[in-house]
Amino acid sequence: MTDNELIWRIAGGSGDGIDSTSQNFAKALMRSGLHVFTHRHYPSRIRGGHTFVEVRAKDEPVQSRGDGYNFLLALGDSFARNPQDEAYYGKEELKPLYENFDDLREGGVLVYDEGLLDDEDVAEIGLEEAAEENGWHLVPMDLRGIAKEHGREIMRNTAGIGATAAILDIGTEEFETLIEENMSGDMLEANLNVLQDAYEAASELDVDHDIEVPESSHDEEQVILSGSNAISYGALDEGCRFISGYPMTPWTDVFTIMSQHLPEFGGISEQVEDEIAAAALALGASHMGVKSMSGSSGGGFALMSEPLGLAEMTETPIVLVEAMRAGPSTGMPTKPEQADLEHVLYTSQGDSARVVFAPANIRECYTQTRAAFRIAYEYQIPAIVVYDQKIQGELRNLPASHFDEEPNADPGSVLTEAEIEEAAHHASGKFKRFQHDPEDGSNVSPRSVPGQKDGRYLATGNEHNEEGHISEDPENRIAQMERRLQKLDDIRADLDENADHQTYYGPEDADYGILVWGSQQDTVFEAVDRLNENGHSVKALGVSDMAPYPVEQVSEWLDSVDEALVVEMNATAQFRGLTQKEIGKYGDKLSSLLKYNGNPFEPAEIVDGFETSINGEDLAASNMKYLPAAGD
Amino acid sequence: MSAFSAIGEDREIERDEFTPGIEPQATWCPGCGDFGVLKALKQAMPEVGRNPDEIALFTGIGCSGKLNSYFNSYGFHTIHGRSLPVARAAKLANPDVEVIAAGGDGDGYGIGGNHLIHTARENHDMTYIVFNNEIFGLTKGQTSPTSPKGHKSKTQPHGSAKSPIRPLSQSLNAGATYIARTAAVNPNQAKEIIAEAIEHDGFAHIDFLTQCPTWNKDAKHYVPYTDIQQSDDYDFDVSNRQEAAEMMFETENKLYEGEVLTGRYYVEDERPSYGEEKRQIGEMPDDPLAERYFDEDAEWERTYDNLLEHHK
Ligand SMILES: Cc1ncc(C[n+]2csc(CCOP(=O)(O)OP(=O)(O)O)c2C)c(N)n1
Ligand code: SF4
Repeated sequence: MTDNELIWRIAGGSGDGIDSTSQNFAKALMRSGLHVFTHRHYPSRIRGGHTFVEVRAKDEPVQSRGDGYNFLLALGDSFARNPQDEAYYGKEELKPLYENFDDLREGGVLVYDEGLLDDEDVAEIGLEEAAEENGWHLVPMDLRGIAKEHGREIMRNTAGIGATAAILDIGTEEFETLIEENMSGDMLEANLNVLQDAYEAASELDVDHDIEVPESSHDEEQVILSGSNAISYGALDEGCRFISGYPMTPWTDVFTIMSQHLPEFGGISEQVEDEIAAAALALGASHMGVKSMSGSSGGGFALMSEPLGLAEMTETPIVLVEAMRAGPSTGMPTKPEQADLEHVLYTSQGDSARVVFAPANIRECYTQTRAAFRIAYEYQIPAIVVYDQKIQGELRNLPASHFDEEPNADPGSVLTEAEIEEAAHHASGKFKRFQHDPEDGSNVSPRSVPGQKDGRYLATGNEHNEEGHISEDPENRIAQMERRLQKLDDIRADLDENADHQTYYGPEDADYGILVWGSQQDTVFEAVDRLNENGHSVKALGVSDMAPYPVEQVSEWLDSVDEALVVEMNATAQFRGLTQKEIGKYGDKLSSLLKYNGNPFEPAEIVDGFETSINGEDLAASNMKYLPAAGD
Repeated sequence: MSAFSAIGEDREIERDEFTPGIEPQATWCPGCGDFGVLKALKQAMPEVGRNPDEIALFTGIGCSGKLNSYFNSYGFHTIHGRSLPVARAAKLANPDVEVIAAGGDGDGYGIGGNHLIHTARENHDMTYIVFNNEIFGLTKGQTSPTSPKGHKSKTQPHGSAKSPIRPLSQSLNAGATYIARTAAVNPNQAKEIIAEAIEHDGFAHIDFLTQCPTWNKDAKHYVPYTDIQQSDDYDFDVSNRQEAAEMMFETENKLYEGEVLTGRYYVEDERPSYGEEKRQIGEMPDDPLAERYFDEDAEWERTYDNLLEHHK
């Protein structure tokens, strides 16, 4: 495939430290000047089972995990061990080795832990034969032994890093620095020794491979972080100081990060009894004038449906995060999918209005969370940031300056007491919180918060008049509905003017298009490059605003192509459906490439899918589905 | 000038300030016990000494949930069963505001039962008034969690096979620090209890017996009741958990046997409120969070300055 890239995969059992080791590896490469990207694969299991993380490193920003990999560090699953007699459970233990055969590229390197695996078992899984066939370089090493010699067996991760460094000839300096930053005392000493020993042992082996670790390229200061980090930091920078939640994978990540940092920012985090309460608390805090958020994943978000509607009706701003995983129901807790789009768009009763953003990557996680808060508080409307397990779990580097933004504490359309004094008041002394025709024509009637003098009003989920009193008067009903719904048009105009959430990629005059939303955007962009290199004429549009939908931008772009393939991670083409519904045409132009097996797209799959679609053939790959255009 | 100048105003507070200037059309039936709660609440306000602008009243859904249409303060009429979680966050966001929550027995003991347990457990500093009419009023007379065993309704035509919930005992077990029962037919006691509950620093739960003449004609709220604090027959220590528990058990039985006991059942002054606990462990700022958004001198830290080092 592409030259000059390293895709290093570390495999082991859940709980074997695979995650932290890969994070350090990625960070070390980033510090040495490379661009990195990590992809996590893990089972819905706490300890044991086959898990792996890939780190892809290039000399240019990395868009996706890539296809396959070229270096495997197979540590074996230490939790498959029988605690009684230190024996191993048959092949379970070997899984991190043989489960990874499929994607290891020709000529790849395979380092495995001899110390943990039984020679006879290894022979049985056909390792030698597979290596022969694929030109793999097999490197058996006693990583466990090296680790035990200086400390504990768990340090075989460090031994693996030492071996990797020697085989790839990248030196151990960055790794040593990282170990020094994270450890002290005996642990530090032991790990440094393990690293060095493994490095020396591997250096002697002289593995004759042709993986070239690319040259370093970036000169600006970089940071490496996950989508959940970026969402949390976006919220904090936009003045969010209250979060309430209930754990559910993968939302738990944002909830945890926020809970850990809010106190140091002077904020409050609450873990509560369920998701209904979680959303209700966020509403309560927002009602008092505090910028607040909550969130969940599919099932938990379903419970938030009614508080979400209450936020719309009472025009209480709130930001919710929906971290998608494969459904329906509890589905596949640790696998990504983009199948909650309709859920976040339409959950809750009535003609409800909300804003929905679907960031494409870690960069957008930050900027769009900020946008979600700004819009929610300025327009008094709930905003949802929907992302998925893929962005949640992957780490990527980007310039630190991306986060060098001023905070925005402005709670939006909240009045000061002086302003309340000037505002329109009802004879009862209650001010017109829900004015039909706000003076500035913005459809936003500014609010007061409890404790302010003369700002009293009633917020109610029932239809209400200008002062907030419950009302079933037909004229009032129409006026209030119109005003609430028209805010969406205002928001569309605001976004068009202030936020560039859609990403245009590839040659402007291309004949074909790929339309994509959320987390699959960057992978599609990588595929577009390859398609154009292969002589096709393709461009892509990545859409990150789900509601209000960027109708104009998408129609113009669709007008400019002969056909467009819509790529998404679900089985029912939800985004394609949304596009057709919002624009009201193009049924004959849009076909779909769908994947819903629990894994995100790889660039090569999109290339295949696209070629199949323009040839009018059936897809050869069984892990995806092609849905032809339906006609208008 | 503070962003919240209504808070802590030092003046005489009048009962009438809590009547909305223009009375919205009353939707409660004639003779409804809910009027009794409204009256007692208004009467308690001068004693509490807080003005309408510094009170936030959170209600659920039901006839009872309409309370804030007739009570002039900041109001939030939320959704069925969820007044407590909304109110809890309001108190954490601005502890200087007086937070009161109210709703029906279906609202608070049925659909919102889980929230009641957790709010009591955490001992949030707020007052919770449950309009207990032993029936679902607004949805037209279905059996509620406090309806007596055997109660017949359109949805339970054979008579309920369920024993009624024991709200006072339940709150005690969960951790509430002020628990009382009062009734619409005794406005003086009701007023005093409401005032005490509001002044109590912790979670105060008032089970307020109200009659629903429209749907619950056989409720026993009209029978003479006994104020346990006034009666020589009921001598116990309200600060003693054990004794309080026994008394609650008795009143919760007697409610369905003809004699209604009311009064304070449990008062615990020692335990700090939840907000205080959170502050002590460093999970809540000293000053009201809501104030910061109006404070021009407030420093808003950036994640860039604080958190990014870790990712480099
Ligand atoms: C989620 C939800 N379920 C059901 C309802 C319908 N509902 C409205 S009020 C009510 C019962 C109210 O009974 P109670 O809390 O005892 O109050 P009351 O009307 O007697 O004061 C119900 C079931 C609703 N509004 N929301
Ligand atoms: S239905 Fe019952 S509870 Fe509701 S207003 Fe009428 S009397 Fe009161």
